[in-house]
Amino acid sequence: MSRALQRMAVEVLEQAHGTTDLVLVGIQRRGVELADRLARLIEKDEGVAVPRGALDITLYRDDLETVGPRPVVGETRLPRDLTGQHVVIVDDVLYTGRTVRAALDELADFGRPKRISLCVLIDRGGRELPIQADVVGKVVKTAPGDRVDVRVEELDGADQVDLVKGVAA
Amino acid sequence: MTTPALGKDLVGLEHLTAEQILLVLDTAEPFKEVSERPIKKVPALRGKTIVNLFFEASTRTRISFEFAEKRLSADTVNVTSTGSSVQKGETLVDTAKNLEAMRIDMVVIRHGASGAAQFLGDRIRSNVINAGDGKHEHPTQALLDLLTIRDRHGKIAGLKVCLVGDVLHSRVARSNVWGLLKLGAEVGVCGPRSLMPRGIEELGVRAFGRVEEAIEWADVLNVLRLQLERMEMGFIPSLREYYRVFGVTVERLARASRPLTIMHPGPMNRGVEIDSRVADGPHSVILDQVTNGVAVRMAVLYLLAGGKPELADAAKRGGADA
Repeated sequence: MSRALQRMAVEVLEQAHGTTDLVLVGIQRRGVELADRLARLIEKDEGVAVPRGALDITLYRDDLETVGPRPVVGETRLPRDLTGQHVVIVDDVLYTGRTVRAALDELADFGRPKRISLCVLIDRGGRELPIQADVVGKVVKTAPGDRVDVRVEELDGADQVDLVKGVAA
Repeated sequence: MTTPALGKDLVGLEHLTAEQILLVLDTAEPFKEVSERPIKKVPALRGKTIVNLFFEASTRTRISFEFAEKRLSADTVNVTSTGSSVQKGETLVDTAKNLEAMRIDMVVIRHGASGAAQFLGDRIRSNVINAGDGKHEHPTQALLDLLTIRDRHGKIAGLKVCLVGDVLHSRVARSNVWGLLKLGAEVGVCGPRSLMPRGIEELGVRAFGRVEEAIEWADVLNVLRLQLERMEMGFIPSLREYYRVFGVTVERLARASRPLTIMHPGPMNRGVEIDSRVADGPHSVILDQVTNGVAVRMAVLYLLAGGKPELADAAKRGGADA
């Protein structure tokens, strides 16, 4: 995973033409850790601090009534007014695209970024919305019943990505 | 097997578990931030219709609920007893059934009769939230009090919290007693004997006859409003007398061995139950309570609106969404 992240950090930097106005925003929960990792890698290479934030999209979901009886809302914290910034959304897995749709809606309530791009560790296909990532760590082919579990050291004790095959429906 | 987070209605804290109360407090945390945003609104309850049915005067609670509803993008209507068909003799259930016929999703009710919220909740399909019913309960007030205590002290279990004043008539006191006991706080009550419910010690609550003793014992004082009508009804001799004996004053607090956190559910009678210098002092969290009120009510609305167990099960069968 660390090699993938290193490469993703370089790509983010390339696409952003440097660190000016760059803000990395991770989606709760694993995305926040990954954004933090990417920011540190960029900081090490460039020697400048990269602002980072966390976004919880629970309140912007289109399926409140189906998320379960105990919908847990995480913390949202953004470093500054996003107007004029280049925001990179960071998440662990890109699947249907609905989470990213919600994140785009939420970001719009915090200002008008000059650009928003998307950076994910795993793209597992299966999109239900016209959304694509700008930077991808790895593309993994999956079936609808499968699960992709991303573990990060900060939360889970180790870096690991597992593809759990689902039972065919 | 899934259980609903809070059930259909929020009537009181008496029948909630500690786990459910903590769920509301934890859910309220992220909602605090929504009110600090440049655009103070999230779409979570978009398309939900909520009626605020207030049969008793209220400023803070009604406005707080209304802000909570609007910041969650719900559509709201306010109905008060004056200027509505209630004055023409319509019953509570008829009023609510008529509202329900217009396809509403939730009712927030404040009523003078104890048990009104439960009565209504048993008879309509919409979610019902109790915003104060008679002398029974005022659950969202107690929840915001609990959140404010936890913010200030980092915990609730093991703290000594004393409710001072008209405990007998206070739904705020009743809800607080239930909530605090369930979360492991030690609870005291203090006030004139005429305003103390008989047998309150049986709940596991300490009763203090003198406010000085309560101050020496407690970490937190929740000063209840003395309803001015109580004097006319003969529960206390005079307001001045009450202040002299039970008023929470700077002088009395200065004698305590440690600073006490001061709370008040409002509206305050300065110079009756609380000294102005205490209400505005460094240990007062009275305005924090008001701020937390919006977050707690957002959490309650959100938890009642979401998490329909049957739908959740269906969603789970459909696979997780990323």
